[in-house]
Order: sequence, then structure tokens, then C-alpha cells
Amino acid sequence: MSENTTANYSLGGQVPTGPKILTSRWESADGHTYDGYVRTGGYTALRKALTTMSPAQVHDEVKASEMQGRGGAGFPAGTKWGFLPADVHPRYLVINGDESEPGTYKDRLLMEKDPHQLIEGIIIACYAFGAAQAFLYVRGEMALAQERLAQALNDAYANNLVGKRICGTDFSVDITLTWGAGAYIVGEETALIESLEGERGMPRLKPPFFPASKGLYMQPTIVNNVETLSNLPYIVNQGGTTFKDLGGATSSGMRIFAVSGHVNKPGVFEVPNGITTFRMLFEAPEYCGGVRVNRKVKAFIPGGASAMWFFDEHLDLPLDKPTVDQAGSMLGSGAIVVMDETTDMVKACWRVVRFFARESCGKCTPCREGTTWLERILHRILTGNGRREDLDLLFEVSESISPGLAWPPRQTTICPLGPSAVSPIASAVNRFRNEFEHYIEHGRAIAGVEYVPMHAGSSHGAHAHV
Amino acid sequence: MSRFNDSNVTLAKEIIGRFPRAKSAVIPLLHLAQEQDGYVTRDAMSHIAELVNVTTSEVYGTATFYEMFKFEPIGKYCVNVCTNIACQLVGGWELLEHAEEKLGIKAGSTTDDGLFTIEDVECIAACTEAPAIQVNYRYRYKVTAENLDQLIDDLRAGRLADEIPPHGTLARVRQNTTEAWANTGIEAQAKVDAG
Amino acid sequence: MSDVNDTEVQETPVVVKTTLSITVDGRAHEAEPGQLLIDACEDAGSYVPRFCYHPRMEPVGMCRQCLVEVEGPRGPMMVVSCMTPVAEGQVARTETPSVKRAQEGVLELLLANHPLDCPVCDKGGECPLQDQAFSHGPGESRFVEEKRHYEKPIPISDLVFLDRERCILCDRCTRFADEVAGDPLISFTQRGNNTQVNTFPDEPFASYFSGNTVQICPVGALTAKPYRFKARPWDLEQRESTCTTCSVGCRTVIQSSRDELLRYQGSDSDAVNWGWLCDKGRFNFENVNSEDRLEQPLMHDGSNLVPVAWSQASAAVAEALKTGKAAILGGARGTNEDAFAWARLADALGIEMRDPQLSDGLPAEVFGLPSASIEEAANATTIIVIAPDLKEELPVLYLRLRDAAEKRRSRILEFTAVSTGLTKYSWKSVPTEPGLQASVVRNTLGEAAVREQLGKGNVVVVVGRASLAESADHTVAALSAVLAEVPGAKVLPVVRRGNVRGAIAAGLGSNSNATEILTAAAAGKLDTLVLLGADPIADFPDTDLARRAISAVRNVISLDTFLTESTARASVVLPASAYGEKEGTTTNLEGRVTSVAQKVTARGTSRADWMVAVDIASRLNVDLGFDSVESIQRAMIATSVFAPMADGGANTREGVLIDQPATALPAVSATAGTHSSYDLRLVVSRRMYDKGASTAHSPSLVGLAQRNVLRVNSADLARIGVASGTSVRATSSKASVSVTVEADDSVGRGVAHLTFNAPGINAGDLIDVNASVNDIKVETL
Repeated sequence: MSENTTANYSLGGQVPTGPKILTSRWESADGHTYDGYVRTGGYTALRKALTTMSPAQVHDEVKASEMQGRGGAGFPAGTKWGFLPADVHPRYLVINGDESEPGTYKDRLLMEKDPHQLIEGIIIACYAFGAAQAFLYVRGEMALAQERLAQALNDAYANNLVGKRICGTDFSVDITLTWGAGAYIVGEETALIESLEGERGMPRLKPPFFPASKGLYMQPTIVNNVETLSNLPYIVNQGGTTFKDLGGATSSGMRIFAVSGHVNKPGVFEVPNGITTFRMLFEAPEYCGGVRVNRKVKAFIPGGASAMWFFDEHLDLPLDKPTVDQAGSMLGSGAIVVMDETTDMVKACWRVVRFFARESCGKCTPCREGTTWLERILHRILTGNGRREDLDLLFEVSESISPGLAWPPRQTTICPLGPSAVSPIASAVNRFRNEFEHYIEHGRAIAGVEYVPMHAGSSHGAHAHV
Repeated sequence: MSRFNDSNVTLAKEIIGRFPRAKSAVIPLLHLAQEQDGYVTRDAMSHIAELVNVTTSEVYGTATFYEMFKFEPIGKYCVNVCTNIACQLVGGWELLEHAEEKLGIKAGSTTDDGLFTIEDVECIAACTEAPAIQVNYRYRYKVTAENLDQLIDDLRAGRLADEIPPHGTLARVRQNTTEAWANTGIEAQAKVDAG
Repeated sequence: MSDVNDTEVQETPVVVKTTLSITVDGRAHEAEPGQLLIDACEDAGSYVPRFCYHPRMEPVGMCRQCLVEVEGPRGPMMVVSCMTPVAEGQVARTETPSVKRAQEGVLELLLANHPLDCPVCDKGGECPLQDQAFSHGPGESRFVEEKRHYEKPIPISDLVFLDRERCILCDRCTRFADEVAGDPLISFTQRGNNTQVNTFPDEPFASYFSGNTVQICPVGALTAKPYRFKARPWDLEQRESTCTTCSVGCRTVIQSSRDELLRYQGSDSDAVNWGWLCDKGRFNFENVNSEDRLEQPLMHDGSNLVPVAWSQASAAVAEALKTGKAAILGGARGTNEDAFAWARLADALGIEMRDPQLSDGLPAEVFGLPSASIEEAANATTIIVIAPDLKEELPVLYLRLRDAAEKRRSRILEFTAVSTGLTKYSWKSVPTEPGLQASVVRNTLGEAAVREQLGKGNVVVVVGRASLAESADHTVAALSAVLAEVPGAKVLPVVRRGNVRGAIAAGLGSNSNATEILTAAAAGKLDTLVLLGADPIADFPDTDLARRAISAVRNVISLDTFLTESTARASVVLPASAYGEKEGTTTNLEGRVTSVAQKVTARGTSRADWMVAVDIASRLNVDLGFDSVESIQRAMIATSVFAPMADGGANTREGVLIDQPATALPAVSATAGTHSSYDLRLVVSRRMYDKGASTAHSPSLVGLAQRNVLRVNSADLARIGVASGTSVRATSSKASVSVTVEADDSVGRGVAHLTFNAPGINAGDLIDVNASVNDIKVETL
């Protein structure tokens, strides 16, 4: 794959596509079954790793892949494993399948449509860093993923791919499947560990302890995202360098993005990481096929609800972590939400803030009190009870949560949830201050903002997803 | 019924046995309780406290943190309408209002016949299929007012009973603890915990 | 090596730096390794505001009020100082504009939902939130939204109310309940902005330590029923003192207003209580204020006790002591000075029979063994516990030992017939049966794993009377068995009453113990029995013997704060001043002498025990050589045992340790036959709340004493064929009583447990104090 270096991609140019690494079985009717998985090359990587490679060699391949974690922070997985203190056992692998970031929609599909790929990745990881047990924590609301993973695990156990003396080797490890019960914050790794310990999912303060040194049961623990681990079979089979070369200069591998909102064909796409631009993704027929009714993009969220918003001037940025970071936002969990020119920015801002206010765990003061306060101010503005001083107050309260409203955020809070509630405010109020002022003065949105149902008349009816 | 029945006690012990520390089973056991009774009863929480050897207060503190646990009976079908940003952009609120009109209740409440509860929920990870809803955590994508009406009629008529079990049941396949279970993590942690 | 240059070559000894050099607000400061920045800043003179941080609990970094800036590789970083350890070269700033902005921001957010009902809040005037709002907060709230509303204060226990609107969710009370008390009966519930502290529905915060949560609450969310709306902080006067409810000797602050005791607070003594108090010690100030207190001397007129003048009563007492044979029981509830004065009076009058314990304690020889402090016990590698349930009897010692086990400093090896509060924290809890302790101890200490554990480091034996229905010899024999196996073990003696050690050190002990004294009395061999705050009928294990003794003695002279069953038969009753009404010192179970303070005027005409002794001495023309607390203390310091008090150490918070002269344990033959399979061996022990004066006369506590039931292992109950919850007949060699039986598997097989001095049936009726052990037969009615 040649690297696309065109900074300003316009339609008609080359749309980068790549092999399907992660999503190869999504279209297959039995891709989620043991037979379907094995028939399509499943578990060959596990056998290869366990019988021909040392744990250190597996780790080396993962380091060579330069794979950035796919959970949101984008920290290189191989480096993360390297933080485990030597000779401290037992150590654990915790798989974060608690996908809840608004706009994010990929881990669920990976779990529902290719559960064995994930399981294979988990065992490879356990082998690489010597985990004594793995805990697969699925989001509570994902009943189908739970079902498919339970079946896949039972089949994997029955076929000597998990549990005692895997594939006849001396390596043994269990995977315990479990799930949450409705709490976004549990996606934060220390909150996830708390939840796994049977506690309220409230994040731990880092420092003093990071999970790699003191995590689950205060033992060394690696928390990896579903997508991250699903890449491991490919990396082991094809080699870390091959994986790396699929992506751009500063990104590696393929990456899944979910594009939702006001595009003609919202969807979940596996794209060469770091090469494809936002514009390509939104406009190319291979991907979303343009903004609905040929409208203009007013704003888009490039990496989940926690991210700062982007605008039309950002459309030609590649989906490359360092580039997006540099531009003042993040790719986060690969969740892109597109808002066209008819979008009510006040309502959009309020809705994202409401999410964080509702999902604050309540542990630390600025988040517990601040996010709710922000939501209530915005709600007052939306319902025609805004005051002139409210916009300044929004920034003042935001300042108490995220000093300087900087990016990446500084925080007075324990975890990044509080500052996440500031992102939409910093984005929308700065850019569309007139829309907020209009609400305050007239009690309603500016002209030209409307709601057009996307799916009306669409050929897609409501259908069961089984 | 409110404490675990005999077969669920067996199941509960099996679940506890898959964790190095019993307290880790609190959330799975709360789900089990909700599956048994449709909601988490007070007695079930007491029973869980006994099974994992913690206080009722600790179980309660954990249980009330998580939205999926209900502490009083709710509808047989819990209809969760997503109104988060991706769904809002394409009509999530309007869909919620339609559901409220159709069932004659507000979000957060239950129909008098005990069949339906509506909730206004946060992102359910189906953003590209917006507006999306879940019924007892089973998805419906790109839902229109007409689809929703049909769905509710089908549920009411019992036509979806096979696909959508009553509220409380999540996965209908469970992980088994088989002879292949290695127990390495649990044994190693037990040694550490013994000091 | 006599070269002159040698001295020049010799280097000055290398001083290994044991501190960390940090800079706080531009000032150089040496901090202790392992210290948290918040404490180091305070030591360096920069107090950092905080709500959730408490030095005796794990930091959680939740309130975010203690944010400071620390110089980092990429410039200043905002950190919570309560979770940041100090490090060499650390540069911290606590007063920069960004720190101030962050702290003000947190304060504004904390106040957003706070009701600001300070004028009607008990905490107003001593409230950290109020104080910080005044000093750092914005004048006016910009929060115009509706505040959170909850039902105003809800009782979360019999003693504590919770106002969730005032709560700032600092996690102090919940952390205390879990981390310190081991009673996680309150938790955060719900989530986010709806987070609230609560109990499980209808299950109260029934902890013996609940009052501590009120003291450490940084706002007025938790209030104590006995203090609610009683006073404003600025009306309170206070003095530091020592609690004498039990022998732990927790340091307290006693507070009063208008000459009435209103509140006790824990004071943080490193050596003893770390700031904590049990609820009984905290709330039994009510008994001092009780309407039922004795206010004037009483004398028997043949049919009733009638009020008389002190002069008449004292003369009668002097007359009684001058003639005939006398004995003194008690003295362990008063001060060292009280005990010392009475001991000197007894010396002068030749009264030889004295015992401050009521045959429920330990032989005085135990106090002469190499003794361990609480601090040593709580840091020992192995703590061997052969004692009553410390959670019930010495609650704050229980907290210290529980902490030692939970923090993995110590392993607890417990021998007990009935599960105790410490059982679940024990490395090994070995079941015993009264009479078999010594052999069980010997067998256990012979086990390889136990030997290995004992060899790992120092051993402290916490020893006391686990049951009042057995001879003290069994305890002594068990202790001897330990010391034979671990000769280097130190001993922490567990005694019940506040000043047993002080009374013995002062000379109120003798070769005759309470059983011998009461036996002599019952046999008509005593003319006068002085009860110094003692109530043998309620407190002596063998009620029958106590009754017979009191009836047989011609002159029973009682000094007490209340009328008791024993005083009812007295010829003279003298009103004693109570705790908080007198000055002096007390000696705790370690031998630690600390001060007790007078805060209010003594009730009625009541007098301190020592004054009575001085008065009687003068009536008998005996010169005791003292006539004030100070002169008594001077006389005490002249004795070898109290000599360590000479430098005034008893007036410090940590006090001063005294040592009893070294003694060896008496050789005992402690054998008890096995009981027949029809019988159960009786174990009688105390619980925190009982019919004792300090509970019974404290309205807030009296309801907490539970009715007596006979607790029996379910297997034994099944064997006898009795259903749990039914009434049975329990028959001992002394008596037969009807009692409700309950199946309880925390009671060992073959054992039956009753509570001493509990409402309901009287366990003392069943006990023969002279028997080695007491067995009972349980039958259906």
C-alpha cells in the first residue's frame, strides 16, 4: 500500500483502502461460530505463538507493530505491557469491552461478529506477558455480545484453546467472562478494575498507582481494549512490521471508525490508519457517500463525545493520532459524529454535556457538582430561561473543572470525565456564540436550524439485529 | 421469590468460583437476581451479601451505582430509547416522544399493565444505525414511528417472546466452568491473599 | 595509631540524611520519607485546606480542595497534596494564583448544593466548610438552580442522624466505617450528582464506633443524638482528659457549657486511641448528668436509707473502721489519687483485705510480667490473644489490633471458645473450651506452622479473662503455657475497669481477693465492708455469694455515684463525684498514667474518693500526709512505682508508663474435668452495653443493651432436641433459670454462652465462683 501524502484530498483522488484485518468475518453468516472461525484461519496465530515463539518474541512483534491502543488514549500496546514489573505475579489481563463513549460503535461488533478473534488475541496477550487470568468485561447492555462470547468461550474451552494446557503446551490461562450494569465511567481503566472487584465503578487516582504495577486486587494488571486485542492474531501471523506498514508514517495498522450523524451512509469502516482523511471518509462513495442533501459540514466530533469539535477547516486532516492531537482534538475511540449546517449547536452542546453530567461517578467534587451545573445552565438557555451572564458562567465553571480550558485538558478532577464535559462547551460556545446568545435573547434557535429526520423514506426499516 | 432459588444458588457459587475474590461476583450475582425476579429485591441483596461475605450495605452501594439494576418491579419490556448525540441528530427525541404517546407514559415510568417501561438512555453503541432503541437490551435499528408501533404491538401480542425474554435476562448462553478450567489465577491470588 | 595526625585524618561521622529536602512556598523544609505532601506543607508552615483527607485514614483525593502546584519536568503541575508523597527536591507551591483559583473553584462547587443552613446546624462555629467559605470563598453564590433535596435528617442508627443535604461526600464516615471500624454498614449509594451516603434499607449503622463519624464529619451532615441542638461551639469550654470507661484509657476532650457536660470528643494520642472513641465512652457523659445521681450522704435508719449530713455519715464510717474487722472492695473506677489515699488510709487502719477487682480480673502478678504497650502489641509480628472479646470490652484496643492485622503488620493467633470481633481478622482462631485452654495452647504452639510464625519476630500476648464462669487459674495456666514456649513474649494484660492497674499500683490490692473477702463476709468474719464504687451484687461473678456477703456484714459502706443493689443494703452511702467532676490521673492497661480533668462542679455534695479518705483519716487522727490532689501526687512520686510521674509526664497527651515490680506467675493447677455429654460448659462474658451504671443512666445508650439469651451451637441444640428461639431450663450447680435459647455457630461445640449483667436473666445466678468451671444442663421446659 502506498502512502497517501496528499494533504488536501479531494474527491476523485485515490481513496485509500486496505485489507480487512479486523472486520474480515463481519459479512459472513457464521463468522462468529467456532467452525466459521477455524475455517477462515482462526486460531492459527495462537498455535504459532504457543508452539514456535517465546513470550518475549510475541511481545517483540507487538512492539514492532507500534500498535496504538484503540480504547481512546492511543498508548502503544507493546510499551504498555513493558510497564509490568518483572517477577511480580500473579498478573492479570483485563479486557475493556465496556464501549460506551457516545458515537463509538466497533467493539460491540467485534464481540458480536468475531468473538473468537478476540479470544485468540486475549490468549496471545496472556502468553506474551504471563497473565495468570484474563477478565473479559463486556458492557452490560450488550446482551448479544455476551451471548456470543459465552458460546465462543465454551467452544474454545472445549477445544483446548483456553484453560488448562492450551494446545497441549504447558501454558494455562482462564478467561472469565463478565459484564457491567450500566455506567459509562467503567470504561475508564481504574473504574473498570473497581467494578471487577465488585465495587462502585469510581476511578482510582493515578498516581500513586497505575494498573500495570497495582491494578486488579492490587496486582500488576494490563487493561486492553477489544479492538486492540483483536489485532493480535494478524500481528502474530503476519508480523508486526507488516501490520505497521498498513498505516501511515505515525500510525500503524488498520483502524475502525464509526461515522454517524448527518452523512448519507453512516457506517463502521476499517481504514488504513493515519492515511484516510476526514473528508474522504465523509464524502467518498466507498465510505459515507457525502453529507445528506449535499449540505455542508457545520461541525464534527472526531473522536467520541469527549473530544473537542472540529469544523470544515479540519476536513482534510488525515485520521492520524499525532496530527489530530496537534490540531487540538483527538481520534479517541474512533467515533465520528457529523453535524450538518442545520444542526442546533446549543442543543447538540447540551446533549453531550447532559451525557457527562448523567454519567459522572460522583467521586470528586468538580465533576460531580460542575458537570451537573453546566448541564443545568445549558438546559435553562435551551428552554428560554438563559441569562446574559450564563455564557461567562459556563466558562467559569468549566475553568473550575479544567483550568485554562486547554487541550489536552488540565484537570482538577480525578479522571478525564469532568474535562470531557467542557469540550463541547469550549467548542460550541466559542465557535457559535451567536447561537447561544440568540437563545438567551429570543428563547429559541437561530433561523436555519431545523430537524430533518434522516431515516424517513430510507430503505432501511427497523430490523432485528441477530 | 426473592432470595436465590436452589438452582441459582448453585449457579451463583459457580460464578463466584471464577473470580479470585468472591466480592468480584457482586455484579454478576445482581444480574442473576434481576434475571430471577425481574428486578433486584432487598432479600436478594442480603443473599448476595451472605454468598460473597460482605455487608448488605456494600452490596447496596455497588448495586445502586449501576443504572441497569432496578430496585422495584418494572415493565416486562424495558424500552430504552437513545437520545444521545448521534440519535438526537436524526430524531431520537421525536422517537422517544412517540413512544411516550403510544404507551401513554413518560420516560422513566411503567404502563399500568406492567408490560412496558420506557427509558431515555445514553448512547447504546449503535450510532451508525440511529435512531436506535433496545428492548430488554435487544437492538432495533433505524427505528421509525411506524416500526416502533409495530414493535410494541408485536411485543404486546407475544409474537417476539422467543427473541426478547422478559426484563432481567441478558445472555441466554452462560459460560460454563468445565474440567478444562485452569484455576491458575485463583490459586495464585489465594496465595498472595494468605500473606 | 597514636600519630598526632590521626585526629585530623578521622572523618567526622558520616551523617546519613534520613529526611527529604523539599521546598514549600519558597521555604526549604526537611520532610519525613513516606510523608504526604499535605502534611509536609503543614509542617513547613503552609496549611493546605482539605475536607476528605484525614491523617488516620487512607487518602482518597476526592474533595480536590488540597490541590497545590508541584514543579514537574514540564512546568508546574496541579496535584492533590493528600495523595502525593514527598520526594527529594520537590518544589511545592500552595498559594499561586492558579492554586487559589482551583481551591476557590472547588469551594464554590461544594457550596453549590449545600443548604447553608449554618444558623440551625450543630456544626456551625466549628465547621471546616463554613470556615473555609468565610476565608476563601466567594461572597455570593452564582448557583441559581434548585439545590438537591433529601429528607432532612434521617436516623442512621440509634445514636447518629444524617442530613444528606449538608453532606459534601468526602468519604470520611464511610471510610471510617470500613477501614477503621470494620463495620461497612454505611456506603455511598446512587451515583453522580445523586450520590448519597446511606445504610442498606432498614439496616442501621449499628457500629460500636459510630460516634467517630460525627466527630470527623467536616460539615454538619452527621450529628449525634445526645448532642443535637444542645450547644453552640462557641459556648463550649473544654479540657483534655482520659476516658476511664474501660482500661484502654483513650484520650478525650471533655466539653461543657453552663457547668454541664455536653460532649466528649476523641483526642489523637499516637500511643493509645489515634483519636477514636467507642460510643459508650463517647456518650456516657449522660450518666454524669443523670437525675438519679446521689447528691448527699445516706444512712440506714433501720428501715430506709435517709439523707444525712456529711459530718454524721463520715463519723459513722470512721467509727465503723475503727472497730472490728474491715475489708475494701473496689477502687478501680476512680483516679490513682483516690486509690492511693484509700490505700494509705487502709495501711494506717490495718485493713489488710483489699481488692480493686471483683474476681473477674487478673492476679496482680500478671502486671509484673514484662509488659507490652498497645503500640508494641499493634506492631508485634504475632499477637496471641487469650482474652474476652476485645470489641465488646476494650473497643479501641480492638481497633488497634484489627488495624495491625488488616495492614499486615501482625498476625493474630486467637484462642477462644466463642467467636470474637477479632476472629475474622485472625491468622488462626483456635477453638478452646473453659478448662482446656492451657492444653490447647500447648498443642497449638507445638504445630510446625505456628512455631514458624512465632519465630518470625516479636510476640505479644494479650491476656484477660474470657469467661467469668471459670477460675482465673485457667487463664494463668494458658499464659504460662505461652511463656514456656515463647519466653521472650511480652504481655498486655486485659482488665475491664478503667483504673485496675492504678489501684493495684497504689496499693489497693492484697493477698486476699474479692472471692476470699466476700466468703469471709458471708461467713460472718467481717464487720465492715467498704465498697469503693463497687457493686458486687451486679458485678461479682457469683451473685449468690455477693448477696450473702452483703447481707451478713454489719456495716456496708458504699461510695458511689448511684444507688445500686449493693448500696441498698448499706448502712452508709456516700455520694462520690464522677468522671469530669474531679482532677487526677488514671493508669490504663499498659500502665500508662495520664490525666483526668475536672470540667464541671461536683454534683450535689458529692466528693472525690480521696477527699473522703482524708476526711475519715482526720476524724481518726491519722495523718496521711496529704490533703490535695497535688500533695497526693507528691506522695505517689515518692513511691518507686509512681516515680516516673516525677517529670510531669502524666500531664502530657501520651502520659508516662509505670512498671509494676517484676513478679513470676503463680504456679496453678488448672485442670477441669470434661463435662458429661448432657452438659454444656458455660461461658459468661460481657458486652459493651449492659446494666452497668454508665449505660443504664445514659438515656441514649440504655436501649442498646440487649436482653440475655443463651447462645448454643446449632449442632448441640439439635442434639438436645431444642428449637432455636424457645425457652429452656438451664441448670447449674447453683441455680436453675428459664431462658431463651438461640442457635449460634459462633459459639463452639459443647459450650453455652450467656452475657454478664445483661437485662433479662442474671448469668451470675448460675456461677459458682469457687468452681474450676461451671457446667449447665439445658432442658426443654
